Order: sequence, then structure tokens, then C-alpha cells
Amino acid sequence: MSESEIIRPVAAPARPGLPLLAGRLLPWAAVIVVFFALPDRLTLGANVFIMALFALSLDLAVGYAGIVSLGHAAFYGIGAYAAAICAIHLTPDPILGLVFATIVAALFGLVTGMLILHTRGVTLMMLTLAIAALAAETANQAHAITGGDDGLQMPELEPLLGHFHFDLWGRTAYLYSAAVLLVWFLISRRIVRSPFGRSISGVRQNVRRMRAIGTPVWGRLVATYALSAGIAGSAGALAAQSTGTVGLNAMSLLASGTVLMVLALGGMGRLYGAFIGALVYVVLQDFAAEMDPFRWMFVIGALMIAVVLFLDDGLMGLADIVGRRFSGRVR
Amino acid sequence: MTASFATDPVLNVRGLSKTFGSLHVTRSIDLDLHAGARIGLIGPNGAGKTTFVNLLTGVIPADAGSIALDGRPIERLSAERRVRRGLVRTHQLNALLLEETAVDNIAIAIAERDRKAWRMLRYGAAWRACVEEAHDWLREVGLARLANGRVSELSYGDQRLLEIGIALSLKPRVLLLDEPAAGVPSGEAHAIHAMIERLPRDVAVLMIEHDMELVFRFAREIVVLVAGGVYTRGAPAEIAADERVRAVYLGRSAA
Repeated sequence: MSESEIIRPVAAPARPGLPLLAGRLLPWAAVIVVFFALPDRLTLGANVFIMALFALSLDLAVGYAGIVSLGHAAFYGIGAYAAAICAIHLTPDPILGLVFATIVAALFGLVTGMLILHTRGVTLMMLTLAIAALAAETANQAHAITGGDDGLQMPELEPLLGHFHFDLWGRTAYLYSAAVLLVWFLISRRIVRSPFGRSISGVRQNVRRMRAIGTPVWGRLVATYALSAGIAGSAGALAAQSTGTVGLNAMSLLASGTVLMVLALGGMGRLYGAFIGALVYVVLQDFAAEMDPFRWMFVIGALMIAVVLFLDDGLMGLADIVGRRFSGRVR
Repeated sequence: MTASFATDPVLNVRGLSKTFGSLHVTRSIDLDLHAGARIGLIGPNGAGKTTFVNLLTGVIPADAGSIALDGRPIERLSAERRVRRGLVRTHQLNALLLEETAVDNIAIAIAERDRKAWRMLRYGAAWRACVEEAHDWLREVGLARLANGRVSELSYGDQRLLEIGIALSLKPRVLLLDEPAAGVPSGEAHAIHAMIERLPRDVAVLMIEHDMELVFRFAREIVVLVAGGVYTRGAPAEIAADERVRAVYLGRSAA
């Protein structure tokens, strides 16, 4: 084994060097710094975390397992509605609401995944889109449960862990979303490095190979899809709990498209892409909407084109180039 | 030929048939593979060799016939389940995980073999054991020096060896080699030929190959497939002397 370790590929996921490790701690340090330095921007910060969590959920499906979902907002929306319904009818405890929403969304992902994941490619993309459209229309029609067009107004939640009130400045929402994001990030990172994670990445790379080693491909994909749906549901629940309302826009096809764009912007198949994509998208949206509320999508569109044209791997690809400069590697 | 094996066959195929529309691509094929068998499957292009392998492995469903592995019927099992029972194949064109390293390609297969591939959160020691065993298999196929190289950067011949390494790491009962030396430049071919001669002795091997020199050196029994059916079978010397086989080849292709 020792002699074979001499050859180290540059591109393969090797153990991080010191600069890379510092780079990985940086985002979490920034979360704390922002909390103290920009106390009037915490609501925006919470939106970044929620979008990052949503994009992270999509990354597991698309970036790792190769399930291109055009309808991920279905899970996000179901999570949001479930959190609201839980607060209205069951309990005002935010953590229980979060867990409830996560489980409901994961179950929906499990059932729909079982139905559609024997297909692949464009067929599968269309089916994810169709399911999201059905879910959105159901939410629109089921007025008694979802409030239809009016959406749901949540009652005041209990303080988080019995201590932290959801305040007007969004301090609790900010730290709460950051903590949930951190937990899901650590779990996701553990999973993508696991035998399970390697096998779903194998399914994306070459499904024939995985069948030839005896992988139950369908079951693996369904499990990934359900996990991804659960995380998306968590993101939706956070959105509902931090704003106190849920509307049909949480489930819209536009939301499905947005999260895919955020992930592509940041870079797929590397977890941190979701963070950087969400940060850039949400902050830019905020800035641009202040300056020109009607044409801000133009800015996002132009940025998207530039990233896709010039960077292989989204903004994380740019981070790679910079990182290599700093660690002094030539390639 | 295999008369010295008084035991039951590992793989027992009876009456395996498949039609595509009105075309009989596989006509009632019978085949026994005993432990340690070395059978070469030859035939002109379009004789249905690859279809036969696809029927055996379950990639396409058979219309009729039975397949038993160690006496248990497997013809209704999915392709993945047949693999887990020990019926393993290599591909004519490489089917590898190109973004992974050579050692990870094998470790992923070992994790699957040992039913560890569902592990998501607690896996440290289990995965390390898979990687360690994978290094052993890489040594076995002569790729130890390339263990941590990306598969996409390996030469074609080394990729072929890795295919065989992955198949062996699954500890198969029956190994189907679908043109193992196809497309390999002559400079690398001898490494593959040597590997094929070193295959574990107790594994039953069925090889499809166009390279007649390789087939006749490797096989102890040769099955000639023509138009989906078994044309004749026998020891390599008998087949080589058979005028009819020669006519089939000369008449249809210049293999």
C-alpha cells in the first residue's frame, strides 16, 4: 500500500491540506462574524441558509446520484405546509415542527421516488416536473388544509429550546437556520463519503457497472431521493417558521427552477456549491431588487451565462483555481 | 473433456431460447459449466454470442429455458441478484467508474459483495477493510502501481485488467468474459492473456473471444455458435480439425 500512495491524482478527493481546511472552516466563521457585524441583515442571512439547505438537498439527488429533478420545490413546499399545519393543529414547538415536516417530505419523496425512479434521463426529468405540478395544484385546490391562494398564517411559535424567542430582527431565525444547515451539511458529507454515497455516485457515472457488481440500483436511488426530499422539506419548514407564513409560491415550478439554477451557479456534486450558489444568488437578488426591482433577473441571467460559459464547475470551480494558486500547485 | 469432474455442474443451462420478432437469436442452448471449467464460446459475427451472455446474466429476459446456479434456478432473478449469487461478467466495452480511482472501483464492488453498500453513517472500519482488500486484488491483476490513479487516465489495456479485477473481487462462482482482449493494442495484450491464464482454478469460466489463438490456448472445451444455436462442441483439437467449422468461418467472416 505504501508504494502505491506515491501517485496522487490532483483531481481526486484527497485529504485536505492546511489551506483547504482553513477554506472549509471559513464559511462557518463567516456565519458568526455576520451575526455580530451585520445585525440588521440577519433575515437576509437566514434566507441564504435556507436556500443553501434547499440547494444542498438537490445536490444529493442531482450532483451525486444523477437524478435531475425539475420539481424539487414539491418537497420544499410540502415541508413548509407541514410545518405550518403542525404549528396550527399539533404543537407550537419549532423543533417538533421541523422534524414533522422533514418526515412528511421524505415520505412523499419515498413514495413518488418508488413510482418514477425506474426511468432515467429526460423521462425522469419530465416525471419530476409533473409530480411537482400535481403537488402545486393540489395545494391550490385543497383550500381547507392549505388555505389555497391565501396561504397559511402560522400562530406564534414557542421559543426555540424553551429559551430563544423568534424576534423581529431574525436573530433566532438566523442562528436556527444556520444550525440546521450545519447539521444537515455534516450528515450529507458523511453520507457522500460512505459506501452508500460512493455507490450512488457510481450509479450516476455508469449504471451498467453498478448492475454488474450487483447493486440494487432502484432501491439505492429511491433511498437517495427520499433523503433529498427530507432535507428539502427541512428547508421549507425553516422558511415557514422564520417568516410565519406559507404560500403557493413555495411550491411553484419557478422555485424548482430557481434552486436548480442556484446549484448550477455554485457547482454540483460538491456540497459547498450549494452554499456559494445560495449566497451569491440571494445577496445579489437583494441588491439588484433594491436598485431595479423590475430587471434584477437580467443580472442573475447574465451571471449564470458567464459562469456556465467560463467555469467548468460553477463558482466552486473558480474557488478551485484560486485554491490551487494559493497552495502553489502548477496544474 | 470435463469427464474427470464427477460433481454437479455449477451452472446448468437447458433449452435457453430467445426470439426478437421472427428472428431466433438463441435456439434452445444447453450448457454445463463445472467448477474450474474453461469453455470458449466462438462463432461468426451475429451468431448470438453476446445475446447468450445477456440472457445468462439477466440483462434481457429469456423466452424459454432454465438456468440453475449451484442447483438453484436463477432464470427469474434480476441481473443484480444473479451477480450476488456469483454469476459475474466482464463487458466487451469497458464499464468502469471513470471519475474514481482504480482502487475505489474495486472497493465499491467489495462493499457491494459484503452487503456493506447501504451503510451511510457508520462505516469507517468497514470501508477501510474494503479498500485494503481492493489493494490485494489490484496486485493480483498487476495494477498495484496505478492504485490511486484516476481510471479515466489508465491505458485501455489497464482498464481491461481492472474490469477483470473488479469481477474477481466479487469472488464469482461463474465468470463470463465477453471478449476480454478486444481492442487492446498488441503491446498490452500479453498482460491480459497472462491474467486470463492466472484466473482462480476453482472458478468456472466461459469466454467469448474472436482472437482464435487466445481461445484455443485458454479453453479446454469449445462451443461453436451459429445462427443462435449450438453448431458443434468439443476439445480444441477436434474443433480446429473440423472442416465444417472452418467453412462457417471462411464463408461468413475472416475472423
